[in-house]
Amino acid sequence: MDWIMAILEDLLFIAAAPLLAGWIKRVKCRLQNRKPPSLLQPYRDLLKLYRKQPILPHPASWIFRAAPYVVFAATVAAAGFVPLVAVDLPTARIADVIVLVGFFALARTFLVLAGMDIGTAFGGMGSSREMTIASLAEPAMLMAVFTLAMSAHTTNLSQAMNYVLDTGLVLRPSFVFALGGLMLVAIAETGRIPVDNPATHLELTMIHEAMILEYSGRWLALIEWASQIKLMLYGVLIANIFFPWGIARDFSPEALGLGVGMIVLKLGLLAILLVLSEAVFAKMRIFRVQEYLSFAYLLSVLGLLSHIILEAARVHH
Amino acid sequence: MSLFLAYLAVLAALLSAVVATIDGRSSWVDGLFGRVLARWPRQLERTRHSLAAEDYSARHRRLLFALLGGSGVAALLAGTGALASGSPLVDTLPFGLPWLSWHTRLDPLSGFFFCVLGLPLIAVSLFGPGYVREFEHGKHSLAGLGLFTGLFVAGMELVLLADDALSFMIAWELMSVASYFLVAFQHEHAANRRAAFLYLLMAVVGAIAIILAYGVLAGFGRGLTFDALRGASLSPLWASIAFVLALTGFGMKAGLVPLHAWLPEAHPVAPSHISALMSGVMLKIAVYGFIRFSFDLLDRILWQWGVLVLVVGSASAVLGILYALQQQNLKRLLAYSSVENIGIVFTALGLSLIFLSNGDTVLGTLGLVGALLHCLNHALFKSLLFLGAGAILHQTHEQNLENMGGLIHRMPKLANVFLVGTLSIAALPPLNGFVSEWLIFQTALQAGSIQSGVLRSLIPTASAVLALTSALAATCFVKVYGVAFLGLPRSGHIAHAKEVGQRGMLAGPALLAALCVLIGILPAPVINVMAGLTRQLTGADLGNISALGWLWLTPVAPEVASYAPALVVIGSVAVGWLCYYLLYRRTGLEPRRAEPWDCGFGGLTARMQYTSGAFSMPIRRIFQPAFEVQETLEESREGPAGTRVTALRYRFQVLDRAWLALYEPVGRGVVRLARWVGRLQTGNIRTYLGYSFFTLIFLLWVIS
Repeated sequence: MDWIMAILEDLLFIAAAPLLAGWIKRVKCRLQNRKPPSLLQPYRDLLKLYRKQPILPHPASWIFRAAPYVVFAATVAAAGFVPLVAVDLPTARIADVIVLVGFFALARTFLVLAGMDIGTAFGGMGSSREMTIASLAEPAMLMAVFTLAMSAHTTNLSQAMNYVLDTGLVLRPSFVFALGGLMLVAIAETGRIPVDNPATHLELTMIHEAMILEYSGRWLALIEWASQIKLMLYGVLIANIFFPWGIARDFSPEALGLGVGMIVLKLGLLAILLVLSEAVFAKMRIFRVQEYLSFAYLLSVLGLLSHIILEAARVHH
Repeated sequence: MSLFLAYLAVLAALLSAVVATIDGRSSWVDGLFGRVLARWPRQLERTRHSLAAEDYSARHRRLLFALLGGSGVAALLAGTGALASGSPLVDTLPFGLPWLSWHTRLDPLSGFFFCVLGLPLIAVSLFGPGYVREFEHGKHSLAGLGLFTGLFVAGMELVLLADDALSFMIAWELMSVASYFLVAFQHEHAANRRAAFLYLLMAVVGAIAIILAYGVLAGFGRGLTFDALRGASLSPLWASIAFVLALTGFGMKAGLVPLHAWLPEAHPVAPSHISALMSGVMLKIAVYGFIRFSFDLLDRILWQWGVLVLVVGSASAVLGILYALQQQNLKRLLAYSSVENIGIVFTALGLSLIFLSNGDTVLGTLGLVGALLHCLNHALFKSLLFLGAGAILHQTHEQNLENMGGLIHRMPKLANVFLVGTLSIAALPPLNGFVSEWLIFQTALQAGSIQSGVLRSLIPTASAVLALTSALAATCFVKVYGVAFLGLPRSGHIAHAKEVGQRGMLAGPALLAALCVLIGILPAPVINVMAGLTRQLTGADLGNISALGWLWLTPVAPEVASYAPALVVIGSVAVGWLCYYLLYRRTGLEPRRAEPWDCGFGGLTARMQYTSGAFSMPIRRIFQPAFEVQETLEESREGPAGTRVTALRYRFQVLDRAWLALYEPVGRGVVRLARWVGRLQTGNIRTYLGYSFFTLIFLLWVIS
């Protein structure tokens, strides 16, 4: 029963990710006084790509063909580790938050290798930039989740959410810092403004798009879908770790219904926040990103230190 | 039984050294057989036939490596036996001075390192026969290579067996000196001679530190055997002095920052299978020495030592990988990455020391297990990568990344094996490198149990550095794989490279790759085997590690953290296969081959790709203070007043700051001192007579 629930939740995650992308696009259009496309447009795009014949560049090896499947599978597995509407699912136990970060790294590695497989300047450029940003963002993310892990005495996401639910709404300075750090990392890792612009195809500015420039058809569909899942994953992480209220703690229909309603609400609000920040900030040039990410890192480390100095000390006395 | 197998391993290694020396003397062997087999003409004829020139050398080579492989198998069996039994076996050998016979001992700790030695050695013995063939007809003597390889391996095995300080040091020096000759093997290049000399010098300095460390212990103990040293009771000050000396000596061999500068010079210039043994195994022997000294021999552990080890380890990890990222030479890059991995091991050991000194034996054990598992993992994947680099070198005579590219098309099997090594060393799930780093992170996250606020905040900072290191390691090895194996070939000889012909040269790395995957997916049995070892060293074991079953890892408790790599793999593979089935098999839409996008200009060439230097340029710029970068831009100009630039040549070199800050000043100081002492020698007979006169007077004064 538990496992069936877990698989259903993972399927819901996969299915809902394009919807979130559609919602973000919609809010953005409204904010820019444009007429928005339908909420279902991302699904239509995926379907269109799925039906097209993909093009395989000449120098490509098996890595290029396998990478989309690896990326998608790793992202779906990662989505399985994160409680979406209910805690205490067995999938949250088979891997903790460090493994989650590891799976993001695995997906990224294959994407980067695929970018270098073709031997064009774009692929290498995107790959180099992606890895540079990732190597700064990943430690910042780990530090942010470690803050939580040290407060909750666990790296298991379900247990951590239970801890926050049990202790109730306490204003912890460490959580505020960690939340800030994680939000900054989420923006960098999902390739949003001001780090990367998902809508651009301008040679000098693109990062993620440069890596996947050669992809088409079903491969591109998988990669796009995976990055939509990843965006939603970060949203769910932020929403459920720091504001887990409403998440189902048993499998009664009412609790699950409330869980679905709450997560839709939380993600909807987070999306609006994301779009607002994208509307306010301009894209940075590439060698500003390290300052941005060191700031995220610093925030996370501050969170950790403030936990150790302010909060852990209180426990001991 | 295990001890007997361990002796057998040493004997097999020594025998391979002996066999190597009768290289090229087939006539001598022929004569021997002639005399023995004189009565059986048919056998004699067959023997003669099999000793025919080229046949003989191939057999000889195979025998040499078969003996090494036998040594590896015996070491592996001895090690697993010792780990499984959990109790030490002791023996005394009638060597050495009459009152100082050699004591040997095989306990779970040395047993574990016997396994760490055995597995790469088996892979090397598979790889070796094909690899050394090209040395046969060259100017290098295969006899020397085989002799010193055998002695080197025997030395490492004897270090693990030694149970007194004297035999430990003899074995240690045997290992160091034999490996010096291996580093100097291709001595026609001045750079190799220089690297070998530097290596020897550092080995000697390190050995002095280790001897002094043992000396301090022996001064308080009742003898040189490890049992006597264990009984020595030291004051905290003397214990700290011994500890710092041991850390210096073993750390120098292991390549800790800032004593690491010899390592990236020496490891890459040896033949590749030797580099694999040096980076994969010898560094672990140094770690063994450190663990033996500080966890076993010293009777106390102070938290300050833990902090020192933690800081040194973290610095080695992050600096090692930053320098590795900037290397263009593949083997040099791998050597720098060894500095990083040893740094990770020492970080974990530092955590373990801190927890142990705090009285928290379970967490101390967890840190120790993380360190040991990382030792094993590093031995596997680093040997694999060095053997892979050796295969590329053998087929293309190229080790510069800037000239490689597209090897996945030319050497597909090697490329797949190398990919496993790349993903393992980049600490990506579900492979083995990730498991050990996960354990180390789990240890660090338990810092809340420590009373001291300073330590409590230091440990998470170290884990932040570790997180940065593992992310940079991923960048580094993605670069290696992407530049060497993917894209378009950057030079002619790479474009025409062929897959390695000898099966063994693929089988060796493939064996290691299989082990990397296996340990990555099923780590719990490996960790359970270490229970006897940790009980011996810390008095505790990880009783909870398989609380949820043998597929699971639960280092502290199930509700704190759990990881089931096998289940994760099954899930991800199922998803990947389902996508593949639905999207490819069901639609049956075959992809269309086409040219890559070239912005419509046409004519993409290999020179337009990102190079290795370009790939790591953002990191070089972001971490500017860590490097000493020398860049030159040469312009050749033409036209009136040189306004037209016809050619540009850019080159850059990244220098190691430790080299500039530590080694060169010391070197200059030694030269200055030597010059000052040299003033004594004026070359004037009267001065020398004066020296004799005053010495005589002085001696007379002393005597009277």
